[in-house]
Amino acid sequence: MATAVSILPAPQLAVLKDTYRKAVARKRLKAALAVAVFCAVLVIAAFGAEVNLRTLFTYFGNFVSYFDRILTLDSGARVWTDPAEWFWGWHKWLKMLGETLLISYVGTLTGAVFAFALNFFAAQNTSPGPWVRFIIRRLLEFARTVPGIVFALIFVIAFGLGPMAGVLAIAIHTTGALGKLFAEIVENADMKPVEGIRSTGASWLSCMRFAILPQVSAGYASYALLRFEINVREASVMGFVGAGGIGQELVVAIRKFYYSDVSAMLVTIIVTVFIIDISTGWLRGRLFGKETRR
Amino acid sequence: MSQLPKPDTAELRAKYPGVFERPASARLAMPVVIVAALVIFAYGLVDLDFSPSRLISGMSQLGWITMMMIPPNPGSSFPLYMQALGETLSIALLGTTLAALLALPVSLLAARNVIPSNLIRFPVRRFLDSIRGVDTLIWALVWINVVGLGPFAGVLAIMVSDFGAFGKLFSEAIEAADRKQVEGIRASGGNALHEIRFGLLPQVLPVIAGQVLYFIESNTRSATIIGIVGAGGIGLQLAEQIRVLEWQKVSFLILMILIAVAAIDFISSKLRFAIIGQRAVV
Repeated sequence: MATAVSILPAPQLAVLKDTYRKAVARKRLKAALAVAVFCAVLVIAAFGAEVNLRTLFTYFGNFVSYFDRILTLDSGARVWTDPAEWFWGWHKWLKMLGETLLISYVGTLTGAVFAFALNFFAAQNTSPGPWVRFIIRRLLEFARTVPGIVFALIFVIAFGLGPMAGVLAIAIHTTGALGKLFAEIVENADMKPVEGIRSTGASWLSCMRFAILPQVSAGYASYALLRFEINVREASVMGFVGAGGIGQELVVAIRKFYYSDVSAMLVTIIVTVFIIDISTGWLRGRLFGKETRR
Repeated sequence: MSQLPKPDTAELRAKYPGVFERPASARLAMPVVIVAALVIFAYGLVDLDFSPSRLISGMSQLGWITMMMIPPNPGSSFPLYMQALGETLSIALLGTTLAALLALPVSLLAARNVIPSNLIRFPVRRFLDSIRGVDTLIWALVWINVVGLGPFAGVLAIMVSDFGAFGKLFSEAIEAADRKQVEGIRASGGNALHEIRFGLLPQVLPVIAGQVLYFIESNTRSATIIGIVGAGGIGLQLAEQIRVLEWQKVSFLILMILIAVAAIDFISSKLRFAIIGQRAVV
């Protein structure tokens, strides 16, 4: 019943085996070399970053006990035994949290609008000229590469302390990030509708509006929602440099060792991020079907 | 040519009302969403103290600052800045590598095709989610409390926050892996560990390597900012120079960061293509 597996005669087999071994050995050597180089770089990096394993081992207990401490109330009880005491400042924190959400919302929307305005110039297939494209691309790259919090630091000095600096920082960073992603969507768009519309004598603007936009708007909205999610996280730390939101309270609590407050605020932030994650995920699935979910 | 029968519009309309007249909910959805978005936006502007006068005076301040930034000039601190940049790159590299090493075993626990039981997978996933919910800067503050100021705290902060991200990404890569190779290993008598080693890892390692490289790139950026709270690297210098309003040094430092990020970008995209071929990743 079983068909026999035909085996080559030994001499032929030996040649094949030999070649196979050689090929594998070369591959292994390459991999080993890569690993060795990588390890060497790591060691250099370890010196650069002043890695001190002894400090880590001595103080690792602190890390664990830190969590122990932030989960203990002043009275010595565990936080979850007395939620009212744990979240004593919930009124203020929720207000700050609302401010954080507003910062990220206004920042995301502003950034998305700017990214929308710029991305057609940055995409290869729709840009009116190579020079425009080059300049816009560098501009977006700059906005994206400089971290949002650095912008916030500078804006706090220019616009004064407060959420405004945070909003503008997030808006600029979002413009850079979304501008690139939007341009990539446009580059993937089908160019045939554009030809069709141009052949009717339409201007560049109408080409964008009627040929490109219908193809890409779903992708835009999806990326913008995703960005909103990321920006909520970013906005929660904008307060560290005085740019508004719950980060301001959090950094005070961490620096002044108000342990149970730290855990309460962290829980608030984490829960909010969860809710935003889940709801934007649901919204994206709902609006654009399964295939655009990333 | 044969003539097609003339369509009877009225009849078609009656037959397929959904095609001709979209339900009111679908037609109204878009305008309602737009109006709601604008209302929240306007409320946000008011609540966050936006005023045209503040915006204009801030812009003119910003204009001044930009003017003062030109030309970028490190003064005599160039060697110090180079050292700080090296520190930042080290933080990014070490933090990401450690995170990847720690996340690989955990991600196996979070992957549906390795651990079918919800009992383990669910808590592991929520645990990873909570770690990701906390920003790198917050982790940096926590680690500074533990190991003191300095770049080491930065390494640990990046390690922890990336651990959460990697755990999720890796487990997704593992879940996307082809089932057949694992079945092949099992059919030839391999045990569960064999299945992972020879069935799963060869499929997911290139994807994982691509993601790790991508993260090293993005962590160069994160590593610059955690310096702002005192965790070493070029961010520390940057925050200090911004606080003392040395704008020429600030612009020089920003320029250095841009160049470093661009260089890492270039190297890692080359490496990524070498590892995974021309397949796009992330």
